[in-house]
Amino acid sequence: MDPLLIGIYVLVLASFVGFEVITKVPPTLHTPLMSGANAISGITIVGALATATTANPTLSNILGGAAVFFATINVVGGFMVTDRMLKMFGRKK
Amino acid sequence: MSWLADNFSALLYLISAVMFIFGLKRLGRVRTARGGNQVAASAMLLAIVATLLDLEIVDYRWIVGGMVLGGLVGAVAATKVAMTAMPEMVAIFNGFGGAASVLVALAVVWQEVIEREVVGAPLEVLGGTAAVTIGLSILIGAVTLSGSLIAYLKLQGKLKRGQPIMLPGRHLINLALGLGALVFAAQFVGASAAGEAQTSTLSLAGLSLALGILLVIPIGGADMPVVVSLLNSYSGMAASATGFVLGNNLLIISGALVGASGLILTQIMCVAMNRSLLNVLVGGFGETDSGGGGGADEYTSVKSCGAEEAAMMLETAESCIIVPGYGLAVAQAQHIVREMADLLIGRGTKVTYAIHPVAGRMPGHMNVLLAEADVPYEQLVEMDAINPEFKTTDVVIVLGANDVVNPAAIDDKASPIYGMPILNAHEARSVFVVKRSLSPGYAGIKNGLFELDNTTMIFGDAKKVIQAVANELKELS
Repeated sequence: MDPLLIGIYVLVLASFVGFEVITKVPPTLHTPLMSGANAISGITIVGALATATTANPTLSNILGGAAVFFATINVVGGFMVTDRMLKMFGRKK
Repeated sequence: MSWLADNFSALLYLISAVMFIFGLKRLGRVRTARGGNQVAASAMLLAIVATLLDLEIVDYRWIVGGMVLGGLVGAVAATKVAMTAMPEMVAIFNGFGGAASVLVALAVVWQEVIEREVVGAPLEVLGGTAAVTIGLSILIGAVTLSGSLIAYLKLQGKLKRGQPIMLPGRHLINLALGLGALVFAAQFVGASAAGEAQTSTLSLAGLSLALGILLVIPIGGADMPVVVSLLNSYSGMAASATGFVLGNNLLIISGALVGASGLILTQIMCVAMNRSLLNVLVGGFGETDSGGGGGADEYTSVKSCGAEEAAMMLETAESCIIVPGYGLAVAQAQHIVREMADLLIGRGTKVTYAIHPVAGRMPGHMNVLLAEADVPYEQLVEMDAINPEFKTTDVVIVLGANDVVNPAAIDDKASPIYGMPILNAHEARSVFVVKRSLSPGYAGIKNGLFELDNTTMIFGDAKKVIQAVANELKELS
């Protein structure tokens, strides 16, 4: 099978999993879900790492390094701020 | 054993993908949400470690630099941001996700095509899948980036105070930009020289950035919950597109999960406003005068009072529902509201909060604000659950909300918000509306609630008014 087709299989099936897993989220969790999902979209960091690897600072490495920078903000900031919000929800008086 | 060694990182990616799914599932329930977020964060760490193990690296400088700086910026932003600024924070982070996708796609183009000065079409050098999806990755990533930056500025009130900006002929301009982007994407695929690949990808990125700006500027501030959810979905789709470029299934899966969750939230927000996604995206809502303008002159029989009278009413009330809106966030009144609610609860009054799904500037905005003020989430009640309660409620306090309590949505077929689900605040025995003035809400229409016999306006800043009410209550006790 064409690798593109395999990729499309994965995309479609994962989308269905996403719809199934996420429906019926209570409104209380809408914001944390969004910021948590946003942190997950920082997975692009995996691709960014692979493009920022060589010794000579060529333009592709600089672009890759910038991608690593933005993706890391997304990942670290996203998960931390989600945790901060969820900690508030769990607080009991 | 060499099979295991060859596929080791791919196996770790599989574990990581499964952990993302479990994490997201747990994020959907209040009890397990915090754990779910931690599972997702661990999945990310695993994916990063797996990638680093797999790289044949000579030099870590760019990686370490990018990660240390990015981690610092992210950690500081996440710790310092005020809960009232959470919509801006989510918006700008969406943009960073898009930026990463564009940059990775461009880095691949430079690394594989331009810096090697290869002769021949990128189609042959990169393979068909990568060549086509690089264009897609740049397009979606750049639209997400510039669209999110505009949303961020609008949420900060910096861009025309969040009002829609309507360019003449904007649909034609958007169409031209979109078509132009596709032409450059096609030109890249068929490029025969490195120089052509360079100009086509950069032009594609430029047009996509412009498209992102133009798509978001006509959309008004109160429609931002839809826009932020949609951009969230785009940031996932951009990650998926990058996954196709790199042939990495983990990116495709994670991106698809985020894309799906963003679409679900977008859908929930649209239903809560009784509007189609297209209607929101076309923009300019509230700019037309179809609803008859609004403003102080429109109102004939409005009563108003001060905090003292409201406090006296509350003193004898057995039940009270608070309806928070964006005005509560602007006035930063969440802490004083909780203080007032605690005083009432101390006197035996039943206090609940009625949460409209689109109150505020992002999905769940009110919940986050009230949670910051330590309001137990059991006191926050969703629209469908609380609507039957209004009839038997003594006092309703509307705090900085307007369109979501406008009875025109139920009984005025000519109203632009007709059919939108609202909170039935008008059914309560008495209603206090805390508002700065009689200026119309986002929909730009008059609110019949303000003229009802059982409604009394309290003009002023939400924080100051509630502070005064709380002081009165203290004196009474």
